[in-house]
Amino acid sequence: MSKTDKSLLNKIGQAARTGRISRRNFLNTAAAAGLTATTATGLWTTKAAAQPKSGGTFRWGLHDGNTGDTHDPGTYVTRTMIFLAHTHRSYLTMIEGDGSLGPDLADSWTASEDASEWTFEITPNASFHSGKPVTAKDVVASINHHRGEATTSAAKALLTDVTEVTAEGEHTVKVALTGGNADFPWLMTDYHLAICPANEDGTIDWKSGDGSGPYKIDNGEFGVQFSLSRHDGWHREGAYFDKVELLTLNDPNARQTALVTGDVDAVSLIELKTMALMQRDPNITIHNVPSAGAITLPMMCDVAPFDNVDVRNAMKLAMNRDEIIEKIAFGAATKGNDFHHSPAQPYWPEGIEQREYDPDQAKSLLKKAGAEGVSVNLSVADSVYAGAVDMAVLYAEQAKAAGININVVREPNDGYYSDVWLKKPWCLVSWGARPTPDVMYTLAYKSDAAWNESHWQNERFNELLLQAKSELDQGLRAEMYREMAILGKDDGGTVIPFFNNFVYANRANVGTPENLAASWECDGARAASRWWFNA
Amino acid sequence: MGDLTGLVLKRLGFGLITLLVVSVLIFFAVELLPGDVAEAVLGQGATEETVAAMRDQLGLDRPAPVRYFEWLFGAIQGDFGVSLISGERVSEAITGRFINTLFLAAYAAVLAVPLAIFLGILVALLRNTLFDRVANVLTLTSISSPEFFLGYILILYLAVKAKAFPAIASLTGDMSLLELLHRTFLPALTLVLVVTAHMMRMTRAAIINLLASPYIEMARLKGTPPWKVIVHHALPNAWAPIINVVALNLAYLITGVVLVEVVFVYPGIGQLLVDAVSKRDFPIVQACCLIFAATFILLNLAADVGAILTNPRLRHPK
Repeated sequence: MSKTDKSLLNKIGQAARTGRISRRNFLNTAAAAGLTATTATGLWTTKAAAQPKSGGTFRWGLHDGNTGDTHDPGTYVTRTMIFLAHTHRSYLTMIEGDGSLGPDLADSWTASEDASEWTFEITPNASFHSGKPVTAKDVVASINHHRGEATTSAAKALLTDVTEVTAEGEHTVKVALTGGNADFPWLMTDYHLAICPANEDGTIDWKSGDGSGPYKIDNGEFGVQFSLSRHDGWHREGAYFDKVELLTLNDPNARQTALVTGDVDAVSLIELKTMALMQRDPNITIHNVPSAGAITLPMMCDVAPFDNVDVRNAMKLAMNRDEIIEKIAFGAATKGNDFHHSPAQPYWPEGIEQREYDPDQAKSLLKKAGAEGVSVNLSVADSVYAGAVDMAVLYAEQAKAAGININVVREPNDGYYSDVWLKKPWCLVSWGARPTPDVMYTLAYKSDAAWNESHWQNERFNELLLQAKSELDQGLRAEMYREMAILGKDDGGTVIPFFNNFVYANRANVGTPENLAASWECDGARAASRWWFNA
Repeated sequence: MGDLTGLVLKRLGFGLITLLVVSVLIFFAVELLPGDVAEAVLGQGATEETVAAMRDQLGLDRPAPVRYFEWLFGAIQGDFGVSLISGERVSEAITGRFINTLFLAAYAAVLAVPLAIFLGILVALLRNTLFDRVANVLTLTSISSPEFFLGYILILYLAVKAKAFPAIASLTGDMSLLELLHRTFLPALTLVLVVTAHMMRMTRAAIINLLASPYIEMARLKGTPPWKVIVHHALPNAWAPIINVVALNLAYLITGVVLVEVVFVYPGIGQLLVDAVSKRDFPIVQACCLIFAATFILLNLAADVGAILTNPRLRHPK
């Protein structure tokens, strides 16, 4: 290699590190400098991508926090607590940047033949910030926190299948289930299932805020800010920042201004309306990551007129998803197809025909059902999704072409999930990303699920759900999820306009990995341990 | 002066009754809101069983009057209870926030009150000149704009464009006073802009009102210079209404700053109250509202006492 080539490579390596050049451009330029693709790719990894630097204080502006938050993992509900939990606590497993399942506290996990018993090997290197090592006892207590009669945990529904959690020695945890569940290790990434130190009596000590995550809490105030510093001896790779500050910035204008003026280094949510304006600022990098979070419009299948499948399908056909994505989501969304399985989840079934806007077919379905000119109420509130009311109004306009009269009922923001959701026959709901289709279907589509929001009862679907749950053969599982998707699309009671993207941003001097996890905003809520400052 | 002490004691007694009535109103207003703390805390993740378990743990299944009187007996003994959500003592949850709010209110008041009174005297002196008109138009514009709008304008010009002040007023424990004043300047300035007009206009009106009185005429005929006529002769008689307006505005600085707190992410008591209402955390809501009510009662009392002290005639009602 000549001297000029070398200096050129150093230059583009530098550019790549500071994010001024993409991987593809890097490879092209390197090829122009006379390198083979393999060498260039190797160079990308050594020179550009894999050189996170240590140091600095990462100031992170978060979009949803409340003074009433607590450290109780069972009642985590705001984003601030979810981000904080992934920064100061650990989980058994974690979702990696490429969407695969990786180890957190558990070094490895194995299932019995029928997937009804799981064994997790806890890493011996992990310790709580108090200095106490993490043992199987802590894990057992932390899982049991969400089980039993007296628990107030929102994750109770997730763990109804668990019959027993036992510690076998210092570092082995066995979980017995009522039936097979091939996705059980994925469930352990749920944000409620943070591992906390166990008390003597088998409860957990969540009040102290102790955890075994990459950063320990120095001080903080709920709904305001938290200051953390690196936990030396964290059990995984990463945690490049010396200190991390989480600031609750609920007001979108305050949050985005703080990013523009450099008062924070990253923010967890960019308003879609102003996304295009923010993009013009060269000091800001915006990430637009397709997620498994979804907007759903569940119609109760046991309430007229939704008890007729033709009416349900007419509702699905009467929606112009492209227009809604363009005007309400400003393009930051993946088109839905009326089954709750996102391309960002594993086993996504390719090639299922996309349902398009077809008011004529909707009309003929209504005619067949004897429900021409049907009139229905759709309950909605803007707290569910920014622009939800506008979306409902736009949908009502689109549905007019099919002779459907949708009355948009604007409900109070306050208490929407206790007074409207699961109570009104048709409403608009926002679902957070769940790691696998099984988790999502079990929570909200299984016939006897507490949150079966559409009251949909389909024997074949439920049969497949059980079968797929315990099926360890990946190919067979994927086939089952395809059939379930088609059942949901053609028989189910849920209109799914789109899967919303996560749109967040950082200052250009922050380095981010090439792949960003899609489980939460900011790299699966793990920006604090996965991102770094470029020089 | 004995009359004055009697008046103060009487008013304080009435104030306590007012607080009691306020506490009843607040309690039942929170009860009337749809949903309760268990549903609010669990949100979308609530199931019937977990909500029931949480209600049971918090004692929410008992009748409302029983819970109110329990709280009241505690409050009389100085125990305002614990937050239903965090279990933290209400006094601990509120103290830090209330000090922040008081700091911001004091910062704004120290800037706004002298400025408003000085401007008021000045425009009374120069009434109907160009200066008078401009000052009136500017202050009326700022009082007519919503606080968040003023805040955004200040952020745009002073934080984003000039980069002179930070856009968010987040506080940390180890700040020096100078740093603190710099960091909270924009929210304080917003508040100054909001409250100045009212006080300035009242000062101007109160003084001009007196300028037609015979004793002012007399002073003028003596050949006293105009500024002396206003400061020495008119102002002492104008204090009563001015003090009243100042007290009202000080109360506003403490109780009405929620929007400013949100725009500048300032951790004051307003945001705490909004959060507590949305989570139905009754003990916190109650304590915040009582603080607000007490602020109004005490400042009104102070205004009356101030008016009496500056005007001896009021001490001897006919």
